[in-house]
Amino acid sequence: MKVDNIYKEEKKSAFAKLSEIIITMASRPSGLIGLSILVFHIILAFISPYIAPHDFKAIDPTLMLQAPSAEYWFGTDDLGRDVFTRTILGGRTALTITFFGSLIALLWGGLLGIFCGLVGGKIDDVVMRIVDAFLSIPWILAMLLIVSLLGTSTEVLIPALGFFYGKGIVRVARAATHDVIAKDFIVSARARGHSNFSIIWNEIIPNVRDAILVEGAMRWSWMLLGFSSLSFLGFGVSPPTPDWGLMISNARGLMSFAYWAVIAPIVGLSSLIIGINLTADAFAKALGIDRSTKAPV
Amino acid sequence: MTDIIQKVKNLSIGFRSKKGEEILILKNITTNIKKGETVGIVGESGSGKSTLALAMMGYVKHGLYTIGGECQFNSSNLLKMKSKDLEKIRGRKIAMIPQNAGQALTPNLKIGYQIDEALQLHSDLDEREREKKISELLNKVRLPSPETIALRYPHELSGGQQQRVAVAMALAGTPDLLLLDEPTTGLDVTTQAHVLELLNFIAKDTGTSMVYVSHDLGAIAQVSDRIIVMYSGEIVLEGPSRDILKKPIHPYTHGLLKSIPKLSLAGLPESMPGSQPQPGTIQGGCSFFDRCNFSDDNCKNNSPKLEFLKDLNTSVRCFNYEKLVNENEVSQTVNKIKNKSLDKEILNLSEVSISYAKQKLLDQIFNRISDENPTVKDINIDIKKGETIALVGESGSGKSTILKSIAGLLRTKDGLIRFDEKRNLSSDLKGRDPNDLRIIQLIFQNPDESLNPNHTVEEIIAQPLKLYFGLKGEELKKNIIDLLQKVRLGEFYTSRYPRQLSGGEKQRVAVARAFAAKPDIILCDEVTSALDVSVQAAVLNLLQQLKEDFGTTYIFVSHDLAVVRAISDRVAVLYQGRLCEVGPSNDVYKFPSHPYTEVLLGAVLEPDPDIKPKLVAEDIVEERPPEKGCSFQGRCSRIVGDICKKEIPPWQLTDSGNAIRCHIPIKELQKQQF
Repeated sequence: MKVDNIYKEEKKSAFAKLSEIIITMASRPSGLIGLSILVFHIILAFISPYIAPHDFKAIDPTLMLQAPSAEYWFGTDDLGRDVFTRTILGGRTALTITFFGSLIALLWGGLLGIFCGLVGGKIDDVVMRIVDAFLSIPWILAMLLIVSLLGTSTEVLIPALGFFYGKGIVRVARAATHDVIAKDFIVSARARGHSNFSIIWNEIIPNVRDAILVEGAMRWSWMLLGFSSLSFLGFGVSPPTPDWGLMISNARGLMSFAYWAVIAPIVGLSSLIIGINLTADAFAKALGIDRSTKAPV
Repeated sequence: MTDIIQKVKNLSIGFRSKKGEEILILKNITTNIKKGETVGIVGESGSGKSTLALAMMGYVKHGLYTIGGECQFNSSNLLKMKSKDLEKIRGRKIAMIPQNAGQALTPNLKIGYQIDEALQLHSDLDEREREKKISELLNKVRLPSPETIALRYPHELSGGQQQRVAVAMALAGTPDLLLLDEPTTGLDVTTQAHVLELLNFIAKDTGTSMVYVSHDLGAIAQVSDRIIVMYSGEIVLEGPSRDILKKPIHPYTHGLLKSIPKLSLAGLPESMPGSQPQPGTIQGGCSFFDRCNFSDDNCKNNSPKLEFLKDLNTSVRCFNYEKLVNENEVSQTVNKIKNKSLDKEILNLSEVSISYAKQKLLDQIFNRISDENPTVKDINIDIKKGETIALVGESGSGKSTILKSIAGLLRTKDGLIRFDEKRNLSSDLKGRDPNDLRIIQLIFQNPDESLNPNHTVEEIIAQPLKLYFGLKGEELKKNIIDLLQKVRLGEFYTSRYPRQLSGGEKQRVAVARAFAAKPDIILCDEVTSALDVSVQAAVLNLLQQLKEDFGTTYIFVSHDLAVVRAISDRVAVLYQGRLCEVGPSNDVYKFPSHPYTEVLLGAVLEPDPDIKPKLVAEDIVEERPPEKGCSFQGRCSRIVGDICKKEIPPWQLTDSGNAIRCHIPIKELQKQQF
């Protein structure tokens, strides 16, 4: 039998697939912008300790609230610290904590959602009502409670954020599972007698993975905002460490005469959030709403 | 005088691929639709028939564009018209009836309102006249009591009634041309026959021209005066309907007609090799070359032109049509099935009932099912090793429900399912051990849904092999390739995804997966109804071949009586989850029959204009089985009186060993049906 080359598509390695997705993402202007911002922030987070022009915690009362100059590009804050240095360092903690937080949210939210969608019935009912109950608690109050009881260390923040942002993923994963659960290939796997674990791993995850990943990427940007809010309220990063939320909170009272001390961290935070959002959007588009039925030409 | 109403001239429609190549969906189509005639456009999926029909109302699907040619309606080219001018034509001059009326009607507006909307748009009547017109239209499409129907919502109507409403809406603008895109495909056989009869009546009554698009030659044969056969974007044959169906002079149509199973012939029809090429993959030469029995070197290198034969009044695109002109009517040869069914019983169903009713709390606690009137009741069938038994009925007859219970996907309410006379299979999946699950495998209707889109063919077939036999590495690979060869697929298919396969290839993979478990019984749920006609015969032949090789028992569920006739040894007819008739397939297809079987047999459409369907009973849809008496009492045309409503009819045996469940004595039935 003849094989027509247009329709021939070999199984690709994960790396080849990923690079193909990234190329598709970058082919749209919005995707390109989002990716560039995100990559810029990630690179900055890695190299900032080595390129920072000043010491981030050097207090100098003589340099209080200086306007931007050749020496201090973004000016100085109320303690005479260099705003540029603090801004480029300020995203590191936020980025790290929220990245791992999102991973945890994805894992527990995704797996629980898929499981509930698959088994259905009473277990599903009970779990979903618990999730609903948690959704009704304002997360920031609950976070404040956890943080004030257990402290603000990374070991507390990552799982706590991961837990609160995973609740929404449970719903998304469950809905995505419901889409595929009625399909005959799942019925067929059940009829053959596969275990629930095998059905989740082999049949469901490949089909809901994309939806959950996109949702996870969106959650990442929300979590970043949430984490900065915690810092803003004084429950995130402890003071000498530079952090955007903290910087905005400290300098906001002086905004009328020292705007530079607020603007820089705000730009840092919002550009990162916009970057992640645009990337997540482009990611969703590159994967296609329904990749499996996409025409091969 | 025959004036032409629509002129399609050199029409080409296509799209541009990612690589920038122009890929044609329609290639240089030229045809005319005359006033008052019904033209059937027939072709397999992907042949471009719907694209052509849509172009006839000036619509080109998103992503496609017109490459050349025109569609002239009243001497203006629809494809170049502004949307404002098109609005005046669509609905008023040209109307369309979609495939799925249930989805085409707005769910939250009443039927009367929706027709009124169409009338406001396409006519100049005032309110009172419109009201009158609405009931007139509903009367015309033969909906009972138009006044009450007009006040209902679409979901309150059955599929056939919804389709009638769609016809009424299309007629609201008194169009000159009616385009019908597979209008009966989703309907039950009896409903389909009724709708076709209605369309025929409307064509005669109003003198509207119709273009009827379908893949089903049986339906086309009933309505059309002229037939256009399409194959991969080209017209390959065009001519009067009778000539084309009786003496097709194009090899494709010839092969197609040969591959359709017929009621009058037991046994499997010959299959056509291969499948239709994907658009953009034909490299010169005739597009049918690969599959043709009459092809020569000329066909490989040159593509034939559409040639008009004056004496036959037919256009044909073939170099070698003369070989077929002299041939007589399509003579169908069938491969008689020779099953060695043993006397040993492999599966017994006794007194099986299945209920979908939601259980009360108390019953849930005691883990029992109580339902006075279950969906499926009193099923007694003994299935012998090596036979093919078919369960037949319309949608809602419970045939798939029974399959699910055998497979363990549904719990039975009462009754026993026994395998091999010893093992009890009455429990659902949880209660069965892996070997019980292995011996029964399922093949589903739609391979698009039954194959995981994110798995390669290799991963799909590996699953049962790993699960039941724990195969690994080289041995696994070897087994997979063996299985692929058994279903006539090459080794290179292993790395492909389902979306890269054609419908027939996908179904072969599904068959291979079922056989991978080395099952004793295979349950086939409408396995061919999602496939194209030419592929259907090939899959049926494959199933038969595998069965002879492995001695498997098939339980075959289908609504298509001709397919069932072709493949099965025994048939069980079901209505509302109750058995009506059980017997050897030769006898079930002969009279006397149960009145329901009679209805089903009468509604079968054959690709022959001389065989008209017989409409015996109304096409009402019953929601639930009656609580007492015969299950078919609601629709039976031979009802004898109160006894049918009160008592469950007894089983009666005919001379040939066919069991019928009816109050009318066999002899009496025989007299009535002849």
